[in-house]
Amino acid sequence: MEEERQRRGGGVRLCCLCNRQRASLKRPKTLQQICRDCFYRVFEDEIHDVILSNRLFSPGDRVAIGASGGKDSTVLAYVLSKLNHAHSYGLDLFLLSVDEGITGYRDDSLLTVHRNQIQYGLPLKVVSYKELYGWSMDEIVKMIGVKNNCTFCGVFRRQALDRGAAQLKVDKVVTGHNADDIAETVLLNILRGDIARLSRCTSITTGEDGPIPRCKPFKYTYEKEIVIYPFYFIAAATSTAAFANPSPLSFTYAYFKKLDYFSTECIYSPNAYRGFAREFIKDLERIRPRAILDIIKSGENFRISTTTKMPEQGTCERCGYISSQKWCKACVLLDGLNRGLPKLGIGRSRAGITGRKDRNENYGGKSIDNKQCGTLDF
Amino acid sequence: MACNGTGCQSTCYKDEEEPSSSSSSSSPCSKPSTDSVKPESTNVCCLKCKLNDAVSGYGGVDDGRFCADCFKSNLFGKFRLAVTSNAMITPTDEVLVAFSGGPSSRVALQFVHDMQERAQKNFDASRDRSLPVFGVGVVFIDESAVLPIPSTEMEEAVEVINSVVSSLAPPMKELHLVPIETVYSSNSSDGKEGIIKLVNSVSDPTGREDMLLNLRMLALQKVASEFGYNRLVLGSCTSRIASHVLSATVKGQGYSLPADIQYVDARWEIPVVLPLRDCFAQEINMLCRLDGLKTLQLSTGPSSSINGLVSSFVALLQEENPSRESTIVRTAGKLIPFHFNRIPEIVDGNVPLATRRRQKRYNLKPNESVSSESFCALCNSPLDKSEIVDWSNVDNSRSTDIFYSACCSSCQFQILPRDSMTMEQFYMDLPQSVIIRAKQANNGNLSLLREQIQDCLLSDGEDET
Repeated sequence: MEEERQRRGGGVRLCCLCNRQRASLKRPKTLQQICRDCFYRVFEDEIHDVILSNRLFSPGDRVAIGASGGKDSTVLAYVLSKLNHAHSYGLDLFLLSVDEGITGYRDDSLLTVHRNQIQYGLPLKVVSYKELYGWSMDEIVKMIGVKNNCTFCGVFRRQALDRGAAQLKVDKVVTGHNADDIAETVLLNILRGDIARLSRCTSITTGEDGPIPRCKPFKYTYEKEIVIYPFYFIAAATSTAAFANPSPLSFTYAYFKKLDYFSTECIYSPNAYRGFAREFIKDLERIRPRAILDIIKSGENFRISTTTKMPEQGTCERCGYISSQKWCKACVLLDGLNRGLPKLGIGRSRAGITGRKDRNENYGGKSIDNKQCGTLDF
Repeated sequence: MACNGTGCQSTCYKDEEEPSSSSSSSSPCSKPSTDSVKPESTNVCCLKCKLNDAVSGYGGVDDGRFCADCFKSNLFGKFRLAVTSNAMITPTDEVLVAFSGGPSSRVALQFVHDMQERAQKNFDASRDRSLPVFGVGVVFIDESAVLPIPSTEMEEAVEVINSVVSSLAPPMKELHLVPIETVYSSNSSDGKEGIIKLVNSVSDPTGREDMLLNLRMLALQKVASEFGYNRLVLGSCTSRIASHVLSATVKGQGYSLPADIQYVDARWEIPVVLPLRDCFAQEINMLCRLDGLKTLQLSTGPSSSINGLVSSFVALLQEENPSRESTIVRTAGKLIPFHFNRIPEIVDGNVPLATRRRQKRYNLKPNESVSSESFCALCNSPLDKSEIVDWSNVDNSRSTDIFYSACCSSCQFQILPRDSMTMEQFYMDLPQSVIIRAKQANNGNLSLLREQIQDCLLSDGEDET
């Protein structure tokens, strides 16, 4: 059928990569007109190259995939298990999910993760806020209201992911952060003046000095392509057996289902500020698709002084988690919740109680030594 | 640390309540009518002099704190601090102010004039006259060759500029009205054609804007150099620089970004200085309004470029948070500047001691900055190591190829034409000065490369012995 169409209409555009099949989509990253098969090939090959060139894994690694049930992590789980087979990375893959306890949002998305577990044959581990901290997000919101609760959720999730990874005894955690996310983070760090985070937000592997490093295989992958990936899969699976997968139909179903409902945001977070930057990036992408990669490149090339003071890393006196303060942020927040003072640890006012004071003393000593007097020229 | 979380709905600085009441009172407020404002008055008293009503509406973190006079002296103070602490202008200097007619360069011109006037008074009053008064010139670049500016508008603009500059005397200031095609050394009609061809061969709208910016800097440098100036003052304000930080990031120029946003940029033949780096656009507009400074805005048509998108984004952010622009500039200020981001020391023994003493440098850290020896042939931005091409194997390639690889990746993408035919034409149309600079840079690279190799060989030899 494909050939027939080519013979009939000379105006049919051919894929500019293989020059054989009809081009069926404009690749968001490069605006090349390519066919479906080539799209899958370049999409997966690019991720494979990123994994190889950055030496993200070594054979025999146990790797946990942070799985939320959203499009990024679902596609990541699928692509990673496919590449693991195809290129024999020799990885033991796991799915790791965090249950924040948000009724009507997380319980739905966790159902997808449960389905993925069966479809991909990957063992799944779910850690919940309730079991780790004794508080679910629903309960926290009931206590502090809908403002500021993202502080709790973000701090708790980061630690929950690390604790789940430790329970699974994995060597690495991979997350589905894509190029758009990273570009957005670079911009946000410039906008709020966070030079320390600006210097590390573009590195593909973070936390190498910590117990379990995390990496982002989708660092150079555009969000739009991640959306296209499962979308085109449906057509591919129904028309031709393009992929030698055991049950392509069940994947497509899962993807379709998931895409369907993950257009909804977390019910507690309208997240206006991040949305601002995201909107800007989408506008930029429309004018110049390369802008996203350029922002990441800028982030990597920023000349950040090594003498800029970075917080020292230590461990939390209470739970042993990595922390730059006496107590880790999760313990400070939890302590506030348990004592009925949920505002503790939000904002800067009372944080002094839990160790900011002694840090200031440490730094005070140093900064006096380093202080420069103006040049005295008479 | 001042407010505890919950209690902070207090009205620390009553910004929001005031605009209606104080904007109505802004004009009479510049003159103190009576000896003091009554305490029960609804207007906010100036935080500094405690005498007059504060004016508001000028944006930034200080909005609504000062009265008109204190506002003006505060703004001038920022300018003067930038000038003195970075040794921008010393008594023996000849300063060329780039004047576009817009508010920022108008204020820059005004402040430079104020400083010069003051220096003149001091000179006249002093007995030994050891400190000469620095000279000031004004340059306006006429870009009507490449921008759709109506000719009547340009004529009016020239009239306004003439009247502005002649009103700023004494001391006398020379005015240079120069067309953009002056970057070509041959006669101007040829240049006009060349520059139109050159700019039109850039297909990307953002690239075209940036190309024009490069050409404008070339023209400014040429004027400054020809007429013997040794400083070029630009009116770039905080808002402008904040936009530049973001747009440079978006264009992938993260490495060279710190070179552009410092007070001093001496990578050019004539060092460029930005004394308004700490002043917000709104403050500058306010000053123009208060002092009735005449400004003009040439209509250049709509812009669909990344630069335009970024400026509107920054303006939106600034509206939401009045200190956003300065946060952006401060963040980028923490990136390491380059060695050329300072005024070179005066080593000439003929310069009087009094002048040399005036070169104060308060906040210049000892050389932490990394030096960079190679620059983009087109935009003159320092090149990252990954962008520097190995010249040893391109000896026999075409000059266009060499030029292409001497440009930064950003210029390669957004300015240089893709196909070789157009590239050939583009190269032919470039001003001679650009090509000369590129050739010099190549030779520089070559010698730099040799130096690096020599270094390696030496250390290898040392290891073996």
